[in-house]
Amino acid sequence: MKILVCVSKTPDTTAKVAFKDSNTKFDDAGVQWIINPYDEWYSLVRAIELKEKDAAVVIHLVTVGLADAEPVMRKALALGGDEAIRINADSHDSFYIASQIAAIAKEGNYDLIFTGKETIDYNGSSIGGMVAELLDMPYTSLVLKFDLNGNTATVTREIEGGEEVSEVNLPLVVSSQQGMAEPRIPNMRGIMAARSKPLKVVEPIAVDALTSIVSFELPPAKAGVKLVDADNVAELVKLLHEEARVI
Amino acid sequence: MSVLIFVDQADGHIKKSSFEILTYGADVAKQLGTTADALLLGATKEDLAALGKYGITKVYHIDNANLNNLDAQVYAQVIADAATQTNANVIVCSHNQTGKAVAARVATKLKAGLVAGACALPDTSNGFVVKKTVFSGKAFANIKIASAIKVISVNPNSHSTVIGDGNATVETLNINVPTPKVKVTAVNKISGDIPLTEADIVVSGGRGLKGPENWGIITDLAKALGAATACSRPVSDADWRPHHEHVGQTGIQVAPNLYIAVGISGAIQHLAGVNRSKVIVVINKDAEAPFFKAADYGIVGDAFEVLPKLTEEIKKLKASA
Ligand SMILES: Cc1cc2nc3c(=O)[nH]c(=O)nc-3n(C[C@H](O)[C@H](O)[C@H](O)COP(=O)(O)OP(=O)(O)OC[C@H]3O[C@@H](n4cnc5c(N)ncnc54)[C@H](O)[C@@H]3O)c2cc1C
Repeated sequence: MKILVCVSKTPDTTAKVAFKDSNTKFDDAGVQWIINPYDEWYSLVRAIELKEKDAAVVIHLVTVGLADAEPVMRKALALGGDEAIRINADSHDSFYIASQIAAIAKEGNYDLIFTGKETIDYNGSSIGGMVAELLDMPYTSLVLKFDLNGNTATVTREIEGGEEVSEVNLPLVVSSQQGMAEPRIPNMRGIMAARSKPLKVVEPIAVDALTSIVSFELPPAKAGVKLVDADNVAELVKLLHEEARVI
Repeated sequence: MSVLIFVDQADGHIKKSSFEILTYGADVAKQLGTTADALLLGATKEDLAALGKYGITKVYHIDNANLNNLDAQVYAQVIADAATQTNANVIVCSHNQTGKAVAARVATKLKAGLVAGACALPDTSNGFVVKKTVFSGKAFANIKIASAIKVISVNPNSHSTVIGDGNATVETLNINVPTPKVKVTAVNKISGDIPLTEADIVVSGGRGLKGPENWGIITDLAKALGAATACSRPVSDADWRPHHEHVGQTGIQVAPNLYIAVGISGAIQHLAGVNRSKVIVVINKDAEAPFFKAADYGIVGDAFEVLPKLTEEIKKLKASA
């Protein structure tokens, strides 16, 4: 059983969001980079849990990124996983990124491919579906629970106002979210072991990007809060009804 | 050239977010000087001709048992085939749970550029540029699509529906529907509740409520308003509330007309999931709570005293309406 876990580096959740070069680039001055939480807490940890149950499971991590993505890959290796692959490219086009991952996945013959449900910076929710399409595999998205029984996965995914349970045979692409695993932190042994795990660098295949970022914008600032006295709740209801017109 | 809108249903009923994208798709068609058609998959209880009211010319209905549950691979195949047959160059869907499963696959099949999570109509003054939310709602990016065919998934609650007159023609298409590989074995609906991502009003509770036994004041207010309930992450981590209520950067992102935050401090990760709400009301006993900076209205006070009064006042308002 071979699992490929897609990992992306994202700014820390408390990072200040600002832009530079006439609002065409994210300003990463002073930004701390982390493993995208969905990739780390749910995809990777669930893969590790599967490996803990079945030692025959092999976990590979893949990222599309430049050399500055390597610290994050080392951290992911410290949590678990057998080896990491970095595809040496920088892109914000989902199709370009997915094509790179699909090329690696084809070569590696994986039974299971995990992606996070989205990255917390570009929020595309697209890589899993695109990789699945490029590999002609089934895809279950927004997965809350994932179990394996031999070659069959039992998957619980989020739907509006509830959950849907389904069964599907491997190979399969999954996008993960909260619930799939219990977040954990790397221990000293893992950190030591990660230093000697292979981190392969491969060059990207030629793919034309289908989209490009023209510019970024920040939302307009709020006008400021209107405070209502705690003894005058009726006033709040009046404001919401007559001024804001939302009730 | 035309716009094809993929309309999503639950239990044979069109979802609210799909009505929004009918208007969105019709508006895109107007901009491009073409027509907008809708595509609906699986059994339905809706009057499809009536979708003409949203500015739709034709409704393509593919009623096949293999489409009654979502298998992203099967849906994408059918949507892409329909787009090709109808010569559509813009495909619109909702960036809801179904859209997140199928949009990327459809785009890949059609070699189309995708903007996922669009929040405005395209700007066609210089190419085809669509605004989307990034950094979990903390910013926007304008994305240019270079390909001839374009796929746009639109954030729920970001485009208002407009209802006019007219009837659509209802037709089917001759499309081969593959057998799903994903076998749905159970659907667990959280009964009686309003789905969080579809709600116009959300009442959300945080650690300030002290424990799950105190949630009655939240659910009472939600009931009086016809609102969905949500919570902060520590609340769902502690199992005071179910995980599917967790909003924020690492939970569900919502954009209702009204978000009422009770006993929530307003950490940056929480705000990232709610700051696209049109109006935010904060009730917190600490005047220094950071949430007040992101709020439109606020009450500095004890939730246990303020909320029952607020619920009473809402009931009075509803009774007088
Ligand atoms: C990587 C990462 C991701 C995260 N993702 C999320 C996320 O997606 N969503 C999320 O919510 N959090 C997230 N967090 C956690 C976040 O940082 C905060 O810890 C969390 O939002 C705080 O929850 P809270 O406001 O309920 O609790 P607290 O911060 O403890 O705030 C409780 C508030 O209740 C008020 N209060 C107390 N008693 C009363 C009373 N009687 N009446 C009125 N008010 C009262 C207090 O004044 C206080 O402001 C994340 C953190 C990290 C590190």
